[in-house]
Amino acid sequence: MRQIAKTALAPALPENAPAPTRHAHPDMARSSLTDARPGNSRWPARLDLLQSLSGLVLALFLVAHMFFVATILISHELFYNVARFFEAGWLFGEPQPVLVSMVASGVTGLLVAHAWLAMRKFPGGFRQYRAFSAHRSRLRHGDTSLWWLQVVTGFALFFLTTIHLYDMVSQPQLIGPYESADRVWTGGMWPIYLALLFAAEVHGGIGLYRLAVKWGWFVGDDANAGRRRLRHIRHAFSAFFITLGLVTLLAYIDLGRAHAELAGERYVPPGHVAVDHGKH
Amino acid sequence: MITLFRKPKPGAAPRRLTLHILRCNPADPASKPYLQAFELEEAEGMTLFIALNEIRATQDPSLQFDFVCRAGICGSCAMLVDGRPALACRTLTRDYGSDITLAPLPFFELIGDLSVNTGKWMRGTAERLQTWIAQSEAVDLDALEARMEPALAEAIYELDRCIECGCCIAGCGTAQMNENFVGAVGLNKIARFRLDPRDTRSDADFYELIGDDDGVFGCMSLLGCHDICPKELPLQTQIAFLRRKMAVEGLR
Repeated sequence: MRQIAKTALAPALPENAPAPTRHAHPDMARSSLTDARPGNSRWPARLDLLQSLSGLVLALFLVAHMFFVATILISHELFYNVARFFEAGWLFGEPQPVLVSMVASGVTGLLVAHAWLAMRKFPGGFRQYRAFSAHRSRLRHGDTSLWWLQVVTGFALFFLTTIHLYDMVSQPQLIGPYESADRVWTGGMWPIYLALLFAAEVHGGIGLYRLAVKWGWFVGDDANAGRRRLRHIRHAFSAFFITLGLVTLLAYIDLGRAHAELAGERYVPPGHVAVDHGKH
Repeated sequence: MITLFRKPKPGAAPRRLTLHILRCNPADPASKPYLQAFELEEAEGMTLFIALNEIRATQDPSLQFDFVCRAGICGSCAMLVDGRPALACRTLTRDYGSDITLAPLPFFELIGDLSVNTGKWMRGTAERLQTWIAQSEAVDLDALEARMEPALAEAIYELDRCIECGCCIAGCGTAQMNENFVGAVGLNKIARFRLDPRDTRSDADFYELIGDDDGVFGCMSLLGCHDICPKELPLQTQIAFLRRKMAVEGLR
């Protein structure tokens, strides 16, 4: 009641008078003033570059990762050797799974950075969301709809990739033909990997395409012809990696089902003596 | 739209067109937007500009829409045709079905029905981006103007063809979400004055105008502007070029 009475009695502000503001602590106010430089900050440029760069590195990692994982299609032993190669036993004498953990942590960091940078472009709040969706359905324009697909797949990737990456950070030693197949089938991870495959390959394909048109790379003299060419490459990229991914995932599911009875058993390549690593 | 299939057979009866036009009068607080259907007979080579004038002359004199040149030069008659921005004077009805929906361009201030105040926004953007030849020294009006290579003059002219119709803004996903975004029209003008040897501004000066998320870094490369521009300006290439230049500026 007192509050209301006070407001009612307060003298009316003259028109155009600045609204009363709350002041921060004088020291804080002073330091934020002296930090300010005249003119536009250089950060929007740097953040834009970092968003593109982090996306590019992640997309290249995605491509390399798919080829490494798909070596299972050639032979169990080849996949085993690829997995051991990244543990750098050839360098340190003993395999160092901690290296895999470190790489997975690095990728996680990059992913978080990329997500944070890309999120700046997401519609913020209902008004922006509604404005963009109305625009998208009105315009029926390929690249505008593709961006929406990128937002949706990107959002899904926040969750899907972190599940997979946590596995790789926490259990780096469990990468091998039987170990991975057991994770896919007995560990019940295949639905996650299936969703992750589609989201990542679609998002990566669109992302690389957009990088090229955004910075004007590989477009050539005729921008329209260049973009058509890039669009074909994007379709081919997504189709190739989704097909390769599906076949690879099926191979792991198949192996996982066959190995379900012995789940937990480590793979020993032919000619090697089994070493008891203990139960993992 | 496949024009080939839409061509009327010789001797066939002309089509009856129905134009569904979004009507609204913001000057009247009681006015609520609604779609009004107008029927008319299609004529040979009819554009939307001709159709709208016929409707205004014979059916409803209160219908508001803008036009000046009827030849795609003045940029007044941009509107949403079946949801996509286009110039009414360059849109042939034969490229569309017999039902066509017309609405005013979004983003700009609505004057009434299909008429929007693009001029007010364009003027504000021109002042904000200082889209004129900025010279650090006074010009000697008696001296001969410095010569320019024909190729450079051509390149400047290519970008100068912009008619400020507002289609790029209406086709831009970023502008729908951020009303402070300068859009392709603003960025294209900066690209134009950056080319001009008479303009003495450096990239650092241009960074002050477009080096933020309301400028070139706000662009998400959805390329609606490039695909919709009625003058087919090379907006994709120009925005990418400015992005590279401004990114280099950002690393300094």
